[in-house]
Amino acid sequence: MGETLTIRLTVNGEACDRSVEPRLLLSDFLRHELHLTGTHVGCEHGVCGACTVLLNGESVRSCLMFAVQADGAEITTIEGLATPSDGSGIPHPDDADLHPVQAAFREAHGLQCGFCTPGILMTLVPFLEANPDPEEEQIREVLSGHLCRCTGYQNIVKAVRLAAERMRT
Amino acid sequence: MTVFLPRDLDEALELRDRHPGATAVAGGTDLCVLWPERVAARRDEWLDLSGVAELRGHEWTDGALILGAGTTYWDVIRDRRAGEELPLLVEAARQVGAVQIQTRGTWGGNIVNASPAADGVPVLMAYDAVLELRSRSETVELPLADFYLGYKEMRLAPDQLLTRIHVPRRTYDLQWFEKVGSRSAQAITKVGVAVTRRDGEWRVVANSVAPTVRRCRSLESLLAEGLPVSGPADLMGALESDVTPIDDIRSTAEYRLEVLARLLYWRLRDVCPSIT
Repeated sequence: MGETLTIRLTVNGEACDRSVEPRLLLSDFLRHELHLTGTHVGCEHGVCGACTVLLNGESVRSCLMFAVQADGAEITTIEGLATPSDGSGIPHPDDADLHPVQAAFREAHGLQCGFCTPGILMTLVPFLEANPDPEEEQIREVLSGHLCRCTGYQNIVKAVRLAAERMRT
Repeated sequence: MTVFLPRDLDEALELRDRHPGATAVAGGTDLCVLWPERVAARRDEWLDLSGVAELRGHEWTDGALILGAGTTYWDVIRDRRAGEELPLLVEAARQVGAVQIQTRGTWGGNIVNASPAADGVPVLMAYDAVLELRSRSETVELPLADFYLGYKEMRLAPDQLLTRIHVPRRTYDLQWFEKVGSRSAQAITKVGVAVTRRDGEWRVVANSVAPTVRRCRSLESLLAEGLPVSGPADLMGALESDVTPIDDIRSTAEYRLEVLARLLYWRLRDVCPSIT
């Protein structure tokens, strides 16, 4: 282990303080240091989008930045989307606890193996906040930063529409 | 490996001066690709500019749009005024990678990374952008069109950082950008071109067809002089003196030249009486 730097950041609303090697990628930091394994690592070179998280509210690829670059930042991962409705701190997989985007993906069969899904959702959350009633072309454009090898994207697009509809009402 | 994390510009310039071999990184959207291999290659010192607030953000003055070198593509895409006044910036930005790249990738990083395929550079060059280069002792300005010397070689001293990019605010009667890649998103350019025209003065800037993004001065003269053109072949002579495409993993020299000539011919035919 080489030289380490101390970073302080907020992850899913909780303050977090860690000493890390400068070469550690944010994706590996989230998975191995914080054990937030919902952020998936697919291609590890900025193509597949599976590792997408929110950095200060904007979707970024966590495999293309060092954890030390996130010092002082606010990170949201897939684990931060659902809201636990009871005191257990653990969200239940029902629609009351799920974020509308998560619920819509489940309902519209927007996933099969689910590997790409966390990243897709982390891109869709800010997208749908900025574009509450997106055209199909806009949906397909924003999805272009994600590779899904199972669904053929049709149900993903349907799920995005359903989520948008739910979030508007 | 060491990463320097300056928090302000003075500290960044001091570190730049003391560690001339350190690789400057901002968004990291190109440098962090194939990261394990770069670790193995032992590029040991990195200067992270992403935490330097003075490099972020952009402002509109009477005469120019001033981009901090660390302004992201996304910052510009979201600025409605950019889309109205300098639309090529937004068009090019929206074709870089995908949204997760646009939120991290910076205009300054695109310039200094010096890829011949950089999509942000042709549009800035077609708008006559001027770079502000700063060291601890002085700040100098240099037109972007004069910045590149060869493949990944540029007029940037070891103690200098690119701090700002001035884009003049002007009225153009033609502004056009076209990118040709394997697909619409997440594709590196095979051939691209940005064109502006203002009071009969042309800028034609091509990418992925030379060791650097290249201003096509012979073609600009041909257009300004109004020499008759009746097909893509009539542009070939000028283009061959302007660009030197190669065969590589993404395309071939022949394809690149042919497509560049055809793009220009078919688009400019509508707006130039000399092109029929």
